[in-house]
Amino acid sequence: MKPYLSIRNLSVSLISGQRVLRSVSMELSKGAVRGLVGESGAGKSMIGKAILGILPHSLIIKEGEIYLEGVDLLSLTPNDRRKKIGTSAALIPQDPLTALNPSHRICRQIINRLIDILGWEKPDAIRRAYELLDEVQIPDAKRVMQSFPHELSGGMRQRILIASAFAAEPKLIIADEPTTALDVTVQKQILKLINEMQTRHGTAMLFITHDLGVVSKICQSLSVLYSGKVIEDTSVIKFFTKPKHSYSRALLAASPKYTDPKSNLIPVPEKVLSFVENQISLSDEAWMNDR
Amino acid sequence: MVSRQFNLKRKFGLRMWLASSWLACLFAVTLFAPLISPHDPLAQDLFSSRLPPFWMDGAEPGYYLGSDSLGRDVLSRIFYGGRIALSVALLAGIATCLVGTALGVISGYLGGWADLFISRLVDIWMAFPPVLFAILLIAVIGTGLTSIIIAIVVIDWTRFCRVIRAETKSQSAMDYVTSARVAGRSRLGIMLVEILPNVLPTIVVLLSLEMGIAVIVEAILSFVNLSISTDFPTWGGMISEGRTSIHQAWWVLVFPLVTLFLTVLSFSQLGEGLKDRFDPVLR
Repeated sequence: MKPYLSIRNLSVSLISGQRVLRSVSMELSKGAVRGLVGESGAGKSMIGKAILGILPHSLIIKEGEIYLEGVDLLSLTPNDRRKKIGTSAALIPQDPLTALNPSHRICRQIINRLIDILGWEKPDAIRRAYELLDEVQIPDAKRVMQSFPHELSGGMRQRILIASAFAAEPKLIIADEPTTALDVTVQKQILKLINEMQTRHGTAMLFITHDLGVVSKICQSLSVLYSGKVIEDTSVIKFFTKPKHSYSRALLAASPKYTDPKSNLIPVPEKVLSFVENQISLSDEAWMNDR
Repeated sequence: MVSRQFNLKRKFGLRMWLASSWLACLFAVTLFAPLISPHDPLAQDLFSSRLPPFWMDGAEPGYYLGSDSLGRDVLSRIFYGGRIALSVALLAGIATCLVGTALGVISGYLGGWADLFISRLVDIWMAFPPVLFAILLIAVIGTGLTSIIIAIVVIDWTRFCRVIRAETKSQSAMDYVTSARVAGRSRLGIMLVEILPNVLPTIVVLLSLEMGIAVIVEAILSFVNLSISTDFPTWGGMISEGRTSIHQAWWVLVFPLVTLFLTVLSFSQLGEGLKDRFDPVLR
């Protein structure tokens, strides 16, 4: 089957020339969930931003293609790209506290999306918004719809963001660390909810996280990023049982174990570190040889 | 909901009450000036010149705050002068606000060249001494109410532009703007629907301050006779005339000065009060 989203040799650089993503490639088929893991600064979020066309001004796409439903996004005009992304993709942002506009009521924020993207009439949009709130298990939907974001809790806001991400029935959802800003107890509920919604709607999802536990629960495949490069692209089962790359092994070993809490951290191999420090001197081939 | 009502009560303090009631009184008085003024503000009566205010010896009934050297009633002139002051405050304040906010939001949201151009323009603009700039401008385009308003807009749009640009920049970094971009909103749509409502509190505060400044600028221009024609009373003009006879008739100078002072103070205090009221941390 043809992949729903496919990225080929995507390279992104700072204006100053420093490379942020190094020819990243990945594929995502319809209804599948791919995890994107890696440490801070590895470029996880940048991939999401590049797909959605919301890279900061200081970053430029050097080369590569991003195909969404067979259309190369980067070859479209900005206006067409915006429309294409608006109708077929959505974002679940990291921080529910800033992701809702503080001066609009919840109702307006959800229905605006339906009116803008799908061109619905207002009464239909409102009806759909109630259904969505019901689907993300928000009790007392009437009150919530008339509330401003600051009157709701973090978990509640994240539920609303999930509802509005799924509102226009996108085929692709990019979840950028959707549980990082939440309490551990709420995290679990939200994850369960995202998983349920994804399965029910059959949406493809790119799940950006640095929590391997989360990956094991909801993803089928995953890409490990380090310093802007995909160093391992594998299925979740293979990753947890037989990680190929030494960095992947170090990443797995970094989670403390109940059975052996005093075990030492495995440092990232020196070769990998020196690669980061002398990005110019070491070629990409030397980097890949470590497999 | 409970907490919001509580905040409303707490935040609408004495300062706000005093400031807004002074401004409300002034507004009512100037609006109904023809009905409540004891005299025609322009009627000269040399037999009753330099009459003292009502509590002093030699005061005449009807001249509550005395009369000037041409025998014109000070109170009536303050009422009518208030018409000019308040219309300048409202019109110039709103015009400045529109120009400055539009440029500020564009500069803050679009970034890049637009931002660079507008920001440098603001820098250059702010290097001119404002009052001299206004006087120069009036000298070129001529006197009159419209000229004063244009002068105020031209010298003061930068104040709005700077603050709104900064505020827009910090709002643009929020995830809700990103979400709107992903959803395919146009740039104009994002500026108007997403960002503008969130900088509105700042705009309201600045507008209130700007109105006070507009009153002062108008008074300065009237003081140097560059406002509207001298046969219409203005506070600045009264202060300027009162200055020449301060030893014989201090009241001609002091009453318009106090009115001006209280008005500008009220505008700035209203602004301060609104700032506290709208502070997102306390809200």
